[in-house]
Amino acid sequence: MNLQQAKFEYLLRLGDSSLIIGHRLSEWCGHGPILEEDLAMINIALDFVGNTSELLKYAGQLEDKGRDEDELAYMRDEREFRNLLITEQPNGDFAFTIARQFLFDTYMFFLYEGLKASKDETIAAIAAKSHKEITYHLRHTSEWMYRLGDGTAESHDRLQSAVNDLWMFTAELFDMDEVDALLIKEGVAPDLNNIKTEWETRVNEVFAKATLQLPTTTFKQKGSREGKHTEHLGFLLAEMQYLHRAYPGAKW
Amino acid sequence: MEDAKKLEAFEAKINSGVKIEPKDWMPEAYRKQLVRMMSQHAHSEIVGMLPEGNWITRAPNLRRKAILLAKVQDEGGHGLYLYSAAETLGVDRTELLEQLHTGKAKYSSIFNYPTLTWADIGAIGWLVDGAAIMNQTALARGSYGPYSRAMVRICKEESFHNRQGYEIMMQLAQGTPEQKAMAQDALNRWWWPAVMMLGPSDDNSPNSEQLMRWKVKMESNDAIRERFIDRTVPQAEFIGLTVPDKDLKFDEETGHYTHGKINWDEFFDVIKGNGPCNAKRLKDRIDADKNGKWVREAAVAYAAKRVKEKEIA
Repeated sequence: MNLQQAKFEYLLRLGDSSLIIGHRLSEWCGHGPILEEDLAMINIALDFVGNTSELLKYAGQLEDKGRDEDELAYMRDEREFRNLLITEQPNGDFAFTIARQFLFDTYMFFLYEGLKASKDETIAAIAAKSHKEITYHLRHTSEWMYRLGDGTAESHDRLQSAVNDLWMFTAELFDMDEVDALLIKEGVAPDLNNIKTEWETRVNEVFAKATLQLPTTTFKQKGSREGKHTEHLGFLLAEMQYLHRAYPGAKW
Repeated sequence: MEDAKKLEAFEAKINSGVKIEPKDWMPEAYRKQLVRMMSQHAHSEIVGMLPEGNWITRAPNLRRKAILLAKVQDEGGHGLYLYSAAETLGVDRTELLEQLHTGKAKYSSIFNYPTLTWADIGAIGWLVDGAAIMNQTALARGSYGPYSRAMVRICKEESFHNRQGYEIMMQLAQGTPEQKAMAQDALNRWWWPAVMMLGPSDDNSPNSEQLMRWKVKMESNDAIRERFIDRTVPQAEFIGLTVPDKDLKFDEETGHYTHGKINWDEFFDVIKGNGPCNAKRLKDRIDADKNGKWVREAAVAYAAKRVKEKEIA
């Protein structure tokens, strides 16, 4: 694997995660618990779509096979998707969505902070722009973690149960393979071991303030690096890609 | 006697073009009518998020997805803005939403039609937002300060949506035969509901004289409808689509189009609750409210705890 191929693979991981979690958030449109939150979720989804476009566009350029961001988003199949498993988990109730978003936002916050220093100028530029947005997202989801965790007994239980259910998907956030190894060596991507420490510290702080227990789940589900997803992704892609695929070559 | 003097001053103010502000004296009928209009408008914005939101997850490319997300977000923002404007007249949002959920308050009849294809997203921006702008630019000159200022801002964003919707239609009309058919089908389905959404014809629209004098209503429904049709027909022709009205004719003498007979039975039927999506739209809103109750309670409980902490500290 050369550097270009490693970057391509890495950009798919970042871009697909943004695409899929943005899709999930957008499913809330018109159904949020309060109008302000409805707007916040669509707004965050919009940031993710923008971020996806930039990442996949650059991925296509590096791959140099004539695929643009839409071709990559709409014409790949399930097994070719590299998004983290946590991002494709269905919304559940508002507590589940917030827990999923908080765990992912925290990861993205530290990861993109690291990527801002990437030796690849395009990646560094995308990361710098996105990091500003993620900072707001993380503040937003952290506040909801406090409100739900330390709100009523019902909200606390819902959030604790969401966190417990999601915990098995958190280990793969920090999985590294030869792609990471090469990119770390070349100064393109940060070492996820460092991100993990920062993530754990922050998650512990927020959980403590939100009066949540750290889950004791030992099972860890992984597989996104090889495109081994949960059963949910197929349905999500079927919905997302259907129109684009139903009219091959059409311009929209 | 006192009230008669106040009324005189109130009307003088309106006549000289000075806006009425929340703390100013106003006749109860004026306040009531404004609350009715503003809440109906706000409800339309948030119910309108549903038919458009229906296509966010299926938008045909990332650019269109981003534009649609931004548009729907704008609509929700308008709702928020209008609820706040209505609150300046002493009714709070919870109360207004309650009226929506019980069916006491209405929202625009147009959102009771389904978005069946992607072209419907174009048709809504082009026709529905296009018709709304005709109404709202007039309302921006209205006498109640908070509402007229809200309209100025909302119209700017709606103009943008209107162009984006037309651009979707143009792209489809210039696309493959299937895409063009999709665009024509959307125009066929949305044309009459858009023409009707501007309200009953003047001979069938009560309550107008006083409201016009008070600058709550600025123009008659038929006048606004005429402007909408005059503006939209050439746009359809330009992209090669046919307006589904065989009686539509341009009248050289008046410089306006004359249109075929409007099916007002359908309009009043949809208003009454018998449109294709009335039940679903209302259910979606009620469910969102119900499912969000525990979230709102948690937020209130959390805030109360923080206040208590401060008191102790």
